[in-house]
Amino acid sequence: MLFHLWITFLKIGLFTFGGGYAMIAQIKEHILEKKGWLTEEEFIEIIAIAESTPGPLAINLATFVGYKKRGFLGSLVATLGVVIPSLVIIFLLSLFLSSIMENRYVQYAFIGIQCGVCYLIIKTGFSMVYHMKKSKYRIIILMIALLSALIFKITSIDFSSIFFILIGGILGIVFSSLSSYFKKEDQK
Amino acid sequence: MIYLSLFLEFFKIGLFSFGGAFGMLPLIEEVVVSHRWLSSNDFYSFVGICESTPGPIAVNIATYVGSIQGGFLGSIVATLGVILPSFILILLIASVLKKFIENRFVKYFLQGVEPVIIALILSTGIFLLMNEVGIEMKHVHFEKASFMILMILLGCSMIYKRVFKRKISSITLILLSSIIGIIVCSILHI
Repeated sequence: MLFHLWITFLKIGLFTFGGGYAMIAQIKEHILEKKGWLTEEEFIEIIAIAESTPGPLAINLATFVGYKKRGFLGSLVATLGVVIPSLVIIFLLSLFLSSIMENRYVQYAFIGIQCGVCYLIIKTGFSMVYHMKKSKYRIIILMIALLSALIFKITSIDFSSIFFILIGGILGIVFSSLSSYFKKEDQK
Repeated sequence: MIYLSLFLEFFKIGLFSFGGAFGMLPLIEEVVVSHRWLSSNDFYSFVGICESTPGPIAVNIATYVGSIQGGFLGSIVATLGVILPSFILILLIASVLKKFIENRFVKYFLQGVEPVIIALILSTGIFLLMNEVGIEMKHVHFEKASFMILMILLGCSMIYKRVFKRKISSITLILLSSIIGIIVCSILHI
């Protein structure tokens, strides 16, 4: 069973292109439909938890599924399984990447790729704005954070994203508590 | 001690990264560039590579930076650093803190974090775009090549959507952008 868990997550790690959300589909296919290791309900619970904890979604999912199946050892085996393919591929790549980069046409390709990455990031940002559950205070936080982050970047002021995240979280607690308090008052 | 600082910095990244692959980029860039482990340009080139190799971007970047700074051991240490916070947190939640995720204040916290993450992603994207086309604080110089590549890319992805009736995948987009890069730069002879 442990070995089986390891091989399954190794496969998932090897064939998950395009980040965590592609992995959700892979897990659904392998773990739910083929193996029946999780029920639909457990799967939804796991995704909710993986999304509300920090860290790469793939790691969160692997750890959780592994733990559900075989406790601590299971989680260790599943997590290692999902990481090993990236580790091996990227390590090998890192050995000769800098020598490939000296080629003129490879450099041209990377000028293009940087533009592609820029396009993807902006597209992702806008689609997240579109899908965000909107409320007044969240839109205000978004606007202020966007404006200040841009100004800090342009003027190269050091202000860690960690502070942004913590401030956002604290504001979230304050405003959500206030709005649920006023809702209760209204009901009275 | 390069191994210790690789481990600690990537542990920090693992602990504070919310919001999917691109949600982590602002923090990773900050850490990697401020330690001079990678230049900003190399960083985004590598993100492009990550889009076309399997595995989570954060793990890929940790392995790569670890490897070029500290060899094989470095890549292991950095990768462990970035996955350990998730591993520990998920274990805690799965075993003892089952109710943690249902806690009202955890939910409220995350409700406030989400717009900030989106803002960070957007600001990263916009700032990158400004740099690509040559708008900088001290001097503005028009980058013809990048501007043309971006326009062609935009056009291509719109045509793709029309023809195939679905969105272009990130891998296809990165492959396409590398080809456009080679063609445009060869024509312009940079």
